Amino acid sequence: MKYLDEYRDPALARRLVAEIRRSVTRPWVLMEICGGQTHTLVKYGIEELIGERIELVHGPGCPVCVTPLEIVDKAIAVASIPQVIFVSYGDMLRVPGSHSDLFRVKAAGGDVRIAYSPMDALRLARENPQRPVVFFAVGFETTAPANSTAAWQAKREGLRNFSMLVSHVLVPPAIRLLLDQSANRVQGFIAPGHVCTVMGYEEYEELARRYKVPFVVGGFEPLDLLEAILLLVRQLEEGRAQVENQYVRSVSRGGNEAARQRMMEVFEVVDRNWRGIGPIAQSGYRLRAEYAAFDAEKVFGVETISAPEPPECISALVLQGLKKPVDCPMFGTRCTPATPMGAPMVSSEGACAAYYQYRRHAAPPGAQT
Amino acid sequence: MCLAIPGQIVEAQEIDGMRFGTVRFGGVTRQACLDFVPEAQCGDYVIVHVGFAISRVDAEEAERTYRLLEEMGALEDELGKDGG
Amino acid sequence: MSDPIQFTCPVPLALGGRIVLGHGSGGRLSAELLRDVFLPFFHSPILNRLDDQAVFEFRGARLAFTTDSFVVKPLFFRGGDIGSLAVHGTVNDLAMGGATPLYLSAGFILEEGLEIETLRRVAESMGRAADDIPVEIVTGDTKVVEKGSGDGVFINTTGIGLVPEGVRLSPALVRPGDLVLLSGPIGDHGIAVLAEREGIEFSTLLASDSAPLHGLVAAMLAVSLDIRAMRDPTRGGLASALNEIASRAGVGITIEESAIPVREEVRGACEMLGLDPLYVANEGKLVAFVAPHAAESVLAAMRRHPQGRDAALIGAVTDTHPELVLLRTPFGTTRIVDMLPGDQLPRIC
Repeated sequence: MKYLDEYRDPALARRLVAEIRRSVTRPWVLMEICGGQTHTLVKYGIEELIGERIELVHGPGCPVCVTPLEIVDKAIAVASIPQVIFVSYGDMLRVPGSHSDLFRVKAAGGDVRIAYSPMDALRLARENPQRPVVFFAVGFETTAPANSTAAWQAKREGLRNFSMLVSHVLVPPAIRLLLDQSANRVQGFIAPGHVCTVMGYEEYEELARRYKVPFVVGGFEPLDLLEAILLLVRQLEEGRAQVENQYVRSVSRGGNEAARQRMMEVFEVVDRNWRGIGPIAQSGYRLRAEYAAFDAEKVFGVETISAPEPPECISALVLQGLKKPVDCPMFGTRCTPATPMGAPMVSSEGACAAYYQYRRHAAPPGAQT
Repeated sequence: MCLAIPGQIVEAQEIDGMRFGTVRFGGVTRQACLDFVPEAQCGDYVIVHVGFAISRVDAEEAERTYRLLEEMGALEDELGKDGG
Repeated sequence: MSDPIQFTCPVPLALGGRIVLGHGSGGRLSAELLRDVFLPFFHSPILNRLDDQAVFEFRGARLAFTTDSFVVKPLFFRGGDIGSLAVHGTVNDLAMGGATPLYLSAGFILEEGLEIETLRRVAESMGRAADDIPVEIVTGDTKVVEKGSGDGVFINTTGIGLVPEGVRLSPALVRPGDLVLLSGPIGDHGIAVLAEREGIEFSTLLASDSAPLHGLVAAMLAVSLDIRAMRDPTRGGLASALNEIASRAGVGITIEESAIPVREEVRGACEMLGLDPLYVANEGKLVAFVAPHAAESVLAAMRRHPQGRDAALIGAVTDTHPELVLLRTPFGTTRIVDMLPGDQLPRIC
């Protein structure tokens, strides 16, 4: 498959690895903030390839993991209402809320359906005019333009039975929070390539300047990530703190203007609670007032559901990259993908799940198991 | 986040004020909304996320940077022979 | 640093509640259901072996006996339908024990309101599939449930077959050093069915690989009896089948990613949806564990057979990581291929 297979070429990977190893003179701590990138890194064993001097820490890059607990509870509440067709992306079905999850709602008789695209949810609404159709619109900035289009189109068509439960989270505020922690050890970031496809990377330039930390916008295939790591290492070795773009085939500095326009017509920026981390100012999207008729929270009166954020726990530390999954005493014993204790173990993109599924046989260098 | 993969537009059409394309991924095709890539034409590759194209693959840029990657590697292989 | 055990991250929800779809997906939940709900009450040493089929002695002959249920949606898909699937699937369960099929039964649970024409199409397809083998459907049953209680048609089958003299196939026989052979590309059935399922439609010419395997099995056994075990990787995919064998035999298995054949269509669909072909269902493939000295000739025999044209050597059995299935990536690193708890879900992440 073009633009995919070439970026998995083992021979080129070997060369990149050799170049990385050649360029490193001291230990460095790098972070990627994207579940999809975590997935690739762990699946191909890239940390093992690049050597012990580079430590890869997985950031809060899984929108499933960081979706606030109260939003999951709201989703469960709405999905449990008789007659409602609740449409969600697959990843969200297994995420535990305070007392249940969407799979269990389905088991108890709720009409919960998986969709690949928000347009599928719209279609269901058109085909079932007598029933309320609710779409669970989660994701980072990447998914926001698509999700916003569902509401935008519903408004244009005057669909009466369609609404969305919106929970978007934004990456740069989370990075700022991480960099503000005194305990932060991360020295360089791989910026999320598909988020930047939409948003561009100007926002990261300000971060690089302010915190004197390099960023490289990276793609999702092994060669992309290896190249991004190489560029980061070179910057660090040379004492630079700039924003570079590795993922040029998809990302430009200004991002996708058309996508952002659609998105900002429908959404506005708002404060958000990140599960396992807590509230981050101006770090999410919600529907604008003009779209109130399509806001499931208003339509179903679930705005007041709140869930107490659990006290600081290792989920939070893992999400912030301060601990690794293997540092958790429950990892692989009480906490497994089948019996998750925290969100990073539930989603297959969560750092803990990825580690458990792919890498638990090889203790990462320096970790105690 | 953001599972998005490259596919080739094989045909495009307007439906109801929105632009859609049939996009081929390896051996399967699927409809994707092309509203965010107005410049993309049939034959172009786009990156598709949840049924929406979010960028058009810049074929020249991709080619150029991939070539650099290949050359970098080759050079290092050469240097490597001297005991790198 | 406070005692980490005290933190109250989302409480794990006790799984002792209700049946969820994952219990039927052939992964870890299915295995646990068997172990915790059924085995404690069904007392049988034959059952405890948990093979695809039960093999027992009867008056000097060895018979294989199996049951299976078919709940596919949609009922008709490119490359087959619930009827032909039922015949092939049952025959294959028998074939994995080395048995030639003798007789099948077919029980139908029909949803009130189902069009009789639909049922006729299913029956016709089943009959044709049975005739092609040939195997006789000698007994059956029909029940009807109220509208809303079923997906149109559910089929349950049993199959009886005869295991030839000298043929002994069982996961318990698998040992370190054995080689792992796969009969062809994986993921065809699961993706073909998914393509036609609401919510995830995409276009493909890919057809289900649903097919009977007893002929292929016979061709393999004709060349060597040093085949330890076979399994057809249906729901849960190749990954689940390998994990089951690893677990039953107490061995480790290592497979080479680059050796596993996958069609372009399956790859494209999996990349798009974020699925791993290793977990996608097959209905016309088998994986065989073969003594090292016999592997080459068995592989050649497979490739001579229509069901095994693309057969490949994909890995080996080891004692270095018992009960773990590891995959070597083209980069030379390894990763675990685990049992999934339930179904694989398309992802956005």
